[in-house]
Amino acid sequence: MSFTDWITDARNVVFLVIALVMVGAAVVVVATRNVVHAALTLVVALAGSAALFVMLGAEFVAWTVVLVYIGAVVVLFLFGIMITRAPIGRDSVRLDHVRRWPAALIAASVFGVMAWSTTAAFGGEEISDGVLKAENIGDLLFSRYVIPFEAVSFVLLAALVGGIVLARKDPDR
Amino acid sequence: MTQYFQDYITVAVFAAFGVLLVLIAVGASALLRPKNPTPAKSASYECGMDPVGGGWSQTQVRFYIYGLLFLIFDVEAVFIFPWAVRLEQLGGFALVEMAIFIAILLGGLAYAVRKGVLRWES
Repeated sequence: MSFTDWITDARNVVFLVIALVMVGAAVVVVATRNVVHAALTLVVALAGSAALFVMLGAEFVAWTVVLVYIGAVVVLFLFGIMITRAPIGRDSVRLDHVRRWPAALIAASVFGVMAWSTTAAFGGEEISDGVLKAENIGDLLFSRYVIPFEAVSFVLLAALVGGIVLARKDPDR
Repeated sequence: MTQYFQDYITVAVFAAFGVLLVLIAVGASALLRPKNPTPAKSASYECGMDPVGGGWSQTQVRFYIYGLLFLIFDVEAVFIFPWAVRLEQLGGFALVEMAIFIAILLGGLAYAVRKGVLRWES
């Protein structure tokens, strides 16, 4: 399939736009000087991934990304930044690192390996009977994955108790 | 699948029009209005208390616990959606499983209440 064939499909154009916005936002996340701006740009990148899930037909996963990642995880990031770095403004702490180029190289090679292994494993194969809707997830969750589902509640409980233990002012001390 | 994409295109068109409307309204007013800022006008509150210190400041650590609680119960809500959709087909087993799931998380909430992290005292 040539590029002109590929670009005339409207879905591919939408994918291209979303992917470019996501890549741009992801670069800003690691390159910006302000950690709060990094957290806010992460919202754009995550919204792009939600849009890609919508394009794949996985509505439930898409809105879960919006609810949990954009809604809660980024809020937690912002609180984490705001309680740790007292002067958060520009240039207070250098966010740069001396080994940024080796890090970029490793990131690029991880991307290469992931992209190659995914295309090598699936190629152009169309995957049917995918888990798309909330019904499919509900069926799987309460048949095959019921033990992991209950384990998740313990993980969440551990996170909650751990967070409280770390953040609480200990009255005994 | 075509119907699915058409539904989302409707949503996208409505969202685009909403954004466009706000951009036109704010952009037109920015173009038309006279611009004559003074330090008093640019203050956060033009009348009332003068702001003290910068906008960037360290927040209380207790906000973090509220954020964490929100995250935990957000994830719980996400698990409730697929359960609620299939509850009639799945029957009592799913009901018991979800009751155990919620009970474990309520244990976490009870721990937070017992440790007094939800009380606001300075």
